[in-house]
Amino acid sequence: MSTATMRIALVGNPNCGKTALFNQLTGGRQKVANYAGVTVERKEGRFTAPSGRTLHILDLPGAYSFDATSPDEAITRDVCQGRYPGEAAPDLIVCVADATNLRLHLRFVLEVRRLGRPVVLALNMMDAARRRGLVIDTAALSRRLGVPVVETIAVQRGGAKALIERIDAVVPQVQPSAIDSANVEQLHAEVRAILADTVTTSRDTVAIDDAIDRWALHPVFGLGILAVLMFLIFQAVFSWAQPVMDAIEGGIAALGAWVTGFLPQDSALHSLLNDGVFAGLGAVLVFLPQILILFLFILILEESGYLPRAAFLLDRMMFKVGLTGRAFIPLLSSFACAIPGIMATRSINDPRDRLTTILVAPLMTCSARLPVYTLLIAAFIPNRAVGLFNLQGIVLFVLYFAGIFSALGVAFVMKRFRKDRSEHALIMELPSYRLPNVRDVALGLWERALIFLKRVGGIITALTVLLWFLSSFPGPPDGATQPAIDYSLAGMLGRGLQYIFAPIGFNWQICIALVPGLAAREVAVAALGTVYAMSGSDDTVASQLGPVIAHSWSLATALSLLAWYVFAPQCMSTLAVIRRETNSWRNVAIAAGYLFGLAYLASFATYQIARALS
Amino acid sequence: MRLSDAPKGAQAVVQNVTDAHPADPIAQRLRDLGFVAGEPVRLVARGPLGGDPLLIQIGSTRFALRKTEAARVEVTVEGAA
Repeated sequence: MSTATMRIALVGNPNCGKTALFNQLTGGRQKVANYAGVTVERKEGRFTAPSGRTLHILDLPGAYSFDATSPDEAITRDVCQGRYPGEAAPDLIVCVADATNLRLHLRFVLEVRRLGRPVVLALNMMDAARRRGLVIDTAALSRRLGVPVVETIAVQRGGAKALIERIDAVVPQVQPSAIDSANVEQLHAEVRAILADTVTTSRDTVAIDDAIDRWALHPVFGLGILAVLMFLIFQAVFSWAQPVMDAIEGGIAALGAWVTGFLPQDSALHSLLNDGVFAGLGAVLVFLPQILILFLFILILEESGYLPRAAFLLDRMMFKVGLTGRAFIPLLSSFACAIPGIMATRSINDPRDRLTTILVAPLMTCSARLPVYTLLIAAFIPNRAVGLFNLQGIVLFVLYFAGIFSALGVAFVMKRFRKDRSEHALIMELPSYRLPNVRDVALGLWERALIFLKRVGGIITALTVLLWFLSSFPGPPDGATQPAIDYSLAGMLGRGLQYIFAPIGFNWQICIALVPGLAAREVAVAALGTVYAMSGSDDTVASQLGPVIAHSWSLATALSLLAWYVFAPQCMSTLAVIRRETNSWRNVAIAAGYLFGLAYLASFATYQIARALS
Repeated sequence: MRLSDAPKGAQAVVQNVTDAHPADPIAQRLRDLGFVAGEPVRLVARGPLGGDPLLIQIGSTRFALRKTEAARVEVTVEGAA
């Protein structure tokens, strides 16, 4: 074993805290949450031990067994057995086990020990174990297993101290033992014998889990709680964000006026900053509060352990349409963004279920649609109360559900086309409830805000500036009567596209915005901001995009654009991740084809019906 | 009795897990998760639609199993014949 850089792999059952430990050791900020299957790929980090040695830490997806049944488990198996392409077997395996769940987790520890590689066992969640009155004799456990055993609390500062000291010292080789060739029954018998000798416990479950589950999993109340929870999120996204959004709008408008005040009114730079940067970016930036509120709820739900319960409640319904309850968590993540959602499908064992989930994930309303939806809703839907609820909140709720129901419908159709009708498996672990950690939630929100701001500062700025150029050049001929954009490249492009989009009610300004909007959905809003700022005679700034379109579009056009955004795959990154995760261009073509097809049909129907009714 | 037919809240003991077909991966996974002879299990709850899936407690762990999965587990229910 080289002493310069030792390679250490963290392995263990799902949801035992491997990633939390990894973050402790490496100072990393990998996503942690309270459900099985958060980590679906191999992550690498570096850590300098007190002795000065550099340790390479590998974080691996959780596995119940090396007899892998899902793509993420296969990664763990291959890395541990030294069969992962381009990677030697790790020098040391840190086997992480949830101390409150040893009955299940020790069996995998025995399986890992069979590999005959150096192993250290980290008993994690020792704080929770003590609260439950579990007493574990770690010295005896270490003797019985023949491997060093340390206690850790991954969610607490300094909670990995014992582990750090242990892996920094020399680790003895494992002594192969008699049971190493045992079958599964003998392994379980061994676990029971070890537990009987080393652990004293008062009870198996936590009373609070039982009490919560009695309501949360109740056939009637359980579904009711889930529905209320979902509805509450959409209401909150709309009503809580408003004051902050107003403040941001005001701030951007003031900043824009101040900055451009130094520039000559008719210069190109004035137009670029005012019409391009401030009108374009400002239009997107105001949606930060709404995105953060959505993530606040998602993070709390993820941390609490409620998500697998929701999957339990909905499994039957999802199974009927050709999905699986396991698809619930990837699909819910897709409300934030389809990219992590599609990656999260790796924890779905059945390849058919996984493909269906991947193909319908883009129908979940991702946070990038929020700017588009809220812009149009605020401009066209009156802000008034309907009973207890706000009409704008209800429309947003309806849009989200349009996505969900069409996903169910599409999955159902795909199920009809499937030839292989053998059994699908669920077998899903429901974790113990946990109070969300304020620091983790705050960190998660901060990361999300950074990602959003980076997008605004990066791709959205670049495309907005590009669009400004296309809308400014070539300049108008002498004696032109229309705004300059009418004579520009973008104007020509928009009018060309209008032949395709006129039947669904899109004007040429929308057509222009859809093109850069293919890169990412929010770009369309920024693009509209720029296009309208360029066409306006006065100094239109970001905050005025809503009133401008409310004035110049018909209600039918607005509704049609909303319908378009429920379906259209206006996101290159999503298509790229589908290609990567399914390793097939055919699936990308299927996804893009059916989504654009549905978008056009839905918009056509919406536009024609809305026009006939008005 | 099959675990899928056990009454709600009942304490049961696993007898064995049967393969629904040769080399059944679902049965193998159930054994890996601890469904082996002599292990006490409890049916905690049933899903809202058609009583599917089932919530099964084994040791300190809770698993959601579909009826077809739980049907592979043969149990004896305490206090029942």
